[in-house]
Amino acid sequence: MPGLFIDVQVNADVKGDAEIARKLEESCSVDIFKATDAGVEVVEANLDECVLCDLCLAAAPEGSVRVVKLYEQD
Amino acid sequence: MRFYEYESKALFEKRGLPLGPRHLVTSADEARAKAAEIGGSVVLKSQVLSGGRMKAGAVKFADTPDEAAAHFEAILPIEVRGEKPHSILVESKSPIAQEYYVAVTWDGRNKKPVVIFSDMGGIDIEEVAETHPEHVSKTNFSSLLPITPRLAKEAIGAATVSGSDLNKLTPIVFELMKIFLEYDLTLAEINPLARLEDGSFAVLDGHIDMEAEARGSHKALLKELGIGDDETRQARPPTPFEIEGAKVNAVDHRGVAGNVVEFDGDLGLVIGAGGGSLTLFDAVRKHGGKPANYCEIGGNPSQSKAKNLTKLILSKPGVDKIAVMMNVVSNTRVDIVARGVIAGCIEAGRDPSEAIAIFRIPGAWEEEGFKILEKYGVDYCDRSVSMYDAAGRAVAKMQAGS
Repeated sequence: MPGLFIDVQVNADVKGDAEIARKLEESCSVDIFKATDAGVEVVEANLDECVLCDLCLAAAPEGSVRVVKLYEQD
Repeated sequence: MRFYEYESKALFEKRGLPLGPRHLVTSADEARAKAAEIGGSVVLKSQVLSGGRMKAGAVKFADTPDEAAAHFEAILPIEVRGEKPHSILVESKSPIAQEYYVAVTWDGRNKKPVVIFSDMGGIDIEEVAETHPEHVSKTNFSSLLPITPRLAKEAIGAATVSGSDLNKLTPIVFELMKIFLEYDLTLAEINPLARLEDGSFAVLDGHIDMEAEARGSHKALLKELGIGDDETRQARPPTPFEIEGAKVNAVDHRGVAGNVVEFDGDLGLVIGAGGGSLTLFDAVRKHGGKPANYCEIGGNPSQSKAKNLTKLILSKPGVDKIAVMMNVVSNTRVDIVARGVIAGCIEAGRDPSEAIAIFRIPGAWEEEGFKILEKYGVDYCDRSVSMYDAAGRAVAKMQAGS
């Protein structure tokens, strides 16, 4: 379940990559990503803490992570 | 941070103010022994931080040591405004000829310390100011420039005191002014300051509040007085609502969303920013609003912290709406607070557009914050609306019942 204000989507083709998972976990200051044995897990409870820093976008291949501002959607 | 009477008196004595013999006691036997040591009539006074001791029966006079012991037993179980006594002070009963009132405190309006003096001491100074304003003087002085006894003399003289009393009172009031400045106090009060039948003066009751933030600067004094680092010394015990507010702040290190103080009103406040809390609280009251609480947010609290504070405030019985207001912020994200308060409303089962009377937080990331507020239909304003006017808008909504 996404947050009220923010959703973070990770493409399926990078979700299982342990190295990208580690980088995502390390990049996020509000713990939205958790690196697990199965790859990266999005911690839904922390989604609304997102500070829109875009560091996760830089930590993963271009276009593979998207931060969605739900309040900009109809 | 409030001092007990015996601690206030210890500081006054250290600074040379005139006090009679006294002892702090914790048992009836000790009360009897110390009353005998003092000799003659004594007064036993419950040591509590709140006022209203006399009305509660927690101050009693004794003519003999046995009576002092009996009074100790009678006073000890008495709670004053819900506060149990720390101990009992036994001191000699002074033969009073005339009672005066003197206090040094902060005058928020003039942004300077003020000496308040009256020749009608021993009773509630607010009552005297109302019924006999000519007997109360208020004299501001600078906290930056050197002070002189002349200032004290002016304060006393302005309350129509002259002659020998004026001369004897001047060094006492001057010393109180110095104590106030030197120890970063918010209140240094003596009531009554008595002229005794022999013409000498004595401090009969004293009251000191120290700025809580100044504790670190006065560790030596606090240690000398036996005040521990962990003693909060609030004027009353925290309410369950305030305890929950402290938990909200404590569980998350990010930013501040705490210092919650409970009031009786119906408008919840989520307020802050560099003195903004006090200004906004006063503004709400000035407009005729009734705050349900005081609090402080700032330093970029997390979304969850702002959310949990909002939920707590909305959970208070009788709170119909909240006003979310800050000064212009640079180190707090407007959008994060907006997310927090809206989520708090929703989790409390309230419609944010109804529950938030006004959102007035201009500053960092405000464009993003305003988008969120618009999405949820929350009434908001930017810095072109003053804090005072924003508070007025919130109060108007409460009064209109909309």
